[in-house]
Amino acid sequence: MTLKQTPLNAAHRTMGAKMVDFGGWDMPVNYGSQIDEHHQVRRDCGMFDVSHMRTVDIHGEGVRTFLRYLLANNVDKLQTSGKALYSCMLRPAGGVIDDLIVYFMREDWFRIVVNAGTADKDIAWMKEQAASHAPQLKITSRNELAMVAVQGPNAHAKVWQVLPQTKAATEGLQIFQAADCGDYFVARTGYTGEEGFEIILPATLVEAFWDNLHKAGVAPIGLGARDTLRLEAGMNLYGQDMDETINPLEAGLAWTVDLKSERDFIGKAALLANPPTRKMVGLVLLDRGVLRGHQQVHSAQGVGEITSGSFSPTLEKSIALARVPKEVQIGDTVQVAIRDKMLNAKIVKYPFARNGKGLI
Amino acid sequence: MSNNPSNLKYAASHEWVKTEADGTVSIGISNHAQELLGDMVFVECPAVGRKLKAGEECAVVESVKAASDVYAPISGTVTAINPALDKAPEAINTDPYGSWMFKLKPDNAADINSLMDAAAYQAHVDSEAH
Repeated sequence: MTLKQTPLNAAHRTMGAKMVDFGGWDMPVNYGSQIDEHHQVRRDCGMFDVSHMRTVDIHGEGVRTFLRYLLANNVDKLQTSGKALYSCMLRPAGGVIDDLIVYFMREDWFRIVVNAGTADKDIAWMKEQAASHAPQLKITSRNELAMVAVQGPNAHAKVWQVLPQTKAATEGLQIFQAADCGDYFVARTGYTGEEGFEIILPATLVEAFWDNLHKAGVAPIGLGARDTLRLEAGMNLYGQDMDETINPLEAGLAWTVDLKSERDFIGKAALLANPPTRKMVGLVLLDRGVLRGHQQVHSAQGVGEITSGSFSPTLEKSIALARVPKEVQIGDTVQVAIRDKMLNAKIVKYPFARNGKGLI
Repeated sequence: MSNNPSNLKYAASHEWVKTEADGTVSIGISNHAQELLGDMVFVECPAVGRKLKAGEECAVVESVKAASDVYAPISGTVTAINPALDKAPEAINTDPYGSWMFKLKPDNAADINSLMDAAAYQAHVDSEAH
C-alpha cells in the first residue's frame, strides 16, 4: 500500500527527517534527536506538520442543535465566535469513535478537527447522523487544507513574525479560541502542554509558511517528540488510550462529558447505565526501566494496564498513563510487569509537565 | 555509506563483537541499530556469570521510542558489564562502537569467525533497507 503524504513530505526529507509509516501516512518521526526536539518545544518553540489531521466544516441552519446531540461535550459552552471545545464523539454504546476539537465560528458554521486515522469513519458517522437528524446541514471534508502546529513559549512571537497580518486578530485570543484570518485559521490550541498556535491553511501555502518559520528559527519537530510532549501533558492519544471499546469515563475524560444537563446525546444512556469500574491514572516508575503501552499494572485492588508509556525527557523518569481499578488511590505503589520483572511504580495525578516545568 | 569499523565482527541481529587481548569479546550494538532506535534511555545487561547460547536474548536497549532485544552473537559466559551505560545510555548513540554493553568468555573462540565482517554486514543492512 502506498503511504499517504502531506504537502510537506519533500520538505521533511530535505530537513533530514526520519520518515515512518504512521497510520498509513508517511510522517517524520524525528529530524535527529527526539529528546532534543522535546526540550526545544518546552524551552523555546518548534513546529509540527499535522496536515494528516482532517478539518471538517459543518454549515447550515441548526448546526448547534445537531452538535449538541452528536458530541459528548456540550457545545453550548461555546458562545463567543472562535471558541473551541475538546470533545469525544461516541457510539450509542458509549465507546469513543474519536476525540476532536470543535470550533464555533457562526451559528451556521462550526469547524471540527479530527484525527487522521479516524477521519473517514468520523465523517461517515457525522453524515449518517445528520441524514436522520439534520438533513439540511452540509458536512464538508476540507482535504485541501493543511495544518501546522507551532508550540512553545516563543511560538506566538514566531508566528506573528512570519504572519504579521494575523497578529491583530490573534493577540487577544483566549486559550482554546481561534480567529479566521482569511487564508490562515489560527487557533490557540495544541497537543504539547505549551503555549502555541495551530494554523489551518490551504495546502498550496503550507510549504512557504513552513520554510518561513524555519528561517525565523523555528525547529521542525517529529511525531516522536509530539508523543512524549502530549504524554507529559497528560493528553490522550486516540487508538492508544481510548477507542471504540472504551468509554470516556474510563479514559480520564469525564471532565469532557456533560452528564448533568438534560441534554441528550449519543452514548449518554449507555454511560449512565454503566458506571465506570476503572479509571485513568498517571504512573511514575520508581525502579529502573521504561514503562510501555500494554504492560500489566498489579495493584492491591486488581490488575490494570498501561495505555501509553515512555521516558519523560522533562522529568528524566519513565512515566505512563494506565487504566486501573477505580479503587486505586493517588500515592499508592503498584507493580508493573516488564519482561521477567515486577518493577515498582507510583500512582500520581497527571499532567506530568506543562509550560516548561515538571509537575511531579 | 559504511562507517562500521573493519576490526569488528557483526551479527545479523545488529550486534558488533570485538576480540579483546585477554581472549574475551566485547559486545555492543551497531551504528545502524542505534540510528533505527533513536535516543537511548535505558540499558539492561545480562548478569555476570550467566551462560549464553548464540542467538539467545540477553540484553535490552530502550530508546524513547521502543525497547529492543539484544542477542548473544556467540555462545559464552558473561564476564563483565559496562557500568557507564547505567548513567549514560546515550553513549550508545554518540559512540556506538566505543560503548560495549557486556563481555563474554567464548565457549569456542573460533565461533567469532562465523560472524560477518564490516563489508558483509553493510551489505546485510542495505538489503534490509529494501
